[in-house]
Amino acid sequence: MANASLDTLRRTVLGLLVPAVVLVIWQVAGSRPDMAGILPTPMLVLEGWHGWIFGSPGMGLNPYLGSWVSNVQYSSMRVAQGFTLAALIGVPLGLLIGWSRLVQQLFDPLIQSLRPIPITAWLPFSIALFGIRDMGAIFLIFLGGFYAIVVNTTQGARDVERNLVRAALMMGASRRQLLYRVVLPAAMPSIFTGLRIGLGISWTAVIVSEMVAVKSGLGYVLWDAYYVGRMDIVLADMVSIGIMGFLSDRLIVFIESKVLVWRMLQSH
Amino acid sequence: MSDISIQNLYKTYPGNPPVKALEDIQLQVAPGELVALLGPSGCGKSTLLNLIAGFEQPTAGQLMVNGGVVSAPGPDRGVVFQEAALFPWLSVWDNVIFGPKVQGMARSEYEDRAHEMIKIVGLSDFKNHLPVQLSGGMRQRVGIARILTLGSRVLLMDEPFGALDAQTRLTMQELLLTVWQKLKPTIIFVTHDIDEAIFLASAIYVMSARPGRIQTKITVPLARPRTVADTASETFASLKLEILNLIRH
Repeated sequence: MANASLDTLRRTVLGLLVPAVVLVIWQVAGSRPDMAGILPTPMLVLEGWHGWIFGSPGMGLNPYLGSWVSNVQYSSMRVAQGFTLAALIGVPLGLLIGWSRLVQQLFDPLIQSLRPIPITAWLPFSIALFGIRDMGAIFLIFLGGFYAIVVNTTQGARDVERNLVRAALMMGASRRQLLYRVVLPAAMPSIFTGLRIGLGISWTAVIVSEMVAVKSGLGYVLWDAYYVGRMDIVLADMVSIGIMGFLSDRLIVFIESKVLVWRMLQSH
Repeated sequence: MSDISIQNLYKTYPGNPPVKALEDIQLQVAPGELVALLGPSGCGKSTLLNLIAGFEQPTAGQLMVNGGVVSAPGPDRGVVFQEAALFPWLSVWDNVIFGPKVQGMARSEYEDRAHEMIKIVGLSDFKNHLPVQLSGGMRQRVGIARILTLGSRVLLMDEPFGALDAQTRLTMQELLLTVWQKLKPTIIFVTHDIDEAIFLASAIYVMSARPGRIQTKITVPLARPRTVADTASETFASLKLEILNLIRH
């Protein structure tokens, strides 16, 4: 017991060591006069961030005061919408592509030929199509999440153990029951892999599209703050995006641990 | 009338050159009979079982079970797979009732039977366990309880105990004999283990490889019910020697 807690302490100290060194270097480098306007010190970033979160809007010439929560909400909502759409279309389509020859022959060539186009390359087209509005961002987020989800789901549905399918057929399952009761649960681990990767890409997509196509959200503030030289806000924004990405990933992992108990036990 | 009737059965896999997995198979199994298909790996014994199960289609010949031509897998032919092939996301209970459930039976129709079959294989205390929480032998018990609940008249077993340790294997063989004595299903048991074939079967079909054919039918003269003591008997030993000589030949 004492050994275990000592081990935990040791691990915590070691894990904090390198970040602490980086912070010190950051503080020292940020204090140099020639870094002014490029790299604010950690303390300045915290101060700027504090105002961004808790400041009262409309006071003075600082346009960011008190706007953090609403901007986090804007970005999160867009990710939630685009990503949910990607999951709602990507999972069933992926299952069918992996399961049915016909669906695969219909959809796979299109998906495989569009997939190499980076989502950032879709940006101008997306703006032309949807204008400077939410839909442009959501379309991009959808696209980013969709590929990862559909490809992983397809893989999962394709890799279902042959004997599990045979066992189900032997017991009298119909093709439809096979899909719901065997292929879907068997593909679940791959589906969650796709969801986690897709969510990460969705966050990339929301930042990129907000920088260009929308006038709100963490991506918009990021680019705007850079233009007016508020590097403290830029850095606070970057950390905020990281935190949101981390938290949303944890949420999926939490759901996964509830849905895939059998899988968790298996890996022990 | 026999339960399983196979005449002039051929199975060839396309390729260059084509692989003749089975050639000119003749096999008649009477209702309630327990027969073994014995042979080295690659002799086509699993292929033959897959054809009877309906997982694969024969290239030529006639294959009938319960008087009907086999065209697809179905609950009248329960299969026990080598690696159990349980659904890892379902509990023991849900695995066992999977068949009746997908067939749309009401819970009251299968519940008692499922409880009984789980009891026969000795897993009453493990109904809520997931397959991953069970040992290899216990998983095969679930695999057996599952097809007993299904009510299959024909049981097709594909080296079900091959991956188990010697002690567990013996326990499972005894369990299978008990179940068979009690319910009298028709069983085709595929194995490469001579001792196992002799201990379990009334008749052993010895197969040879490339192309896969049935070489000989050997009737096992051991009386039923059989016990472990039979495996040490004179009859057992001489039969084993006979088969060994056949296979080496």
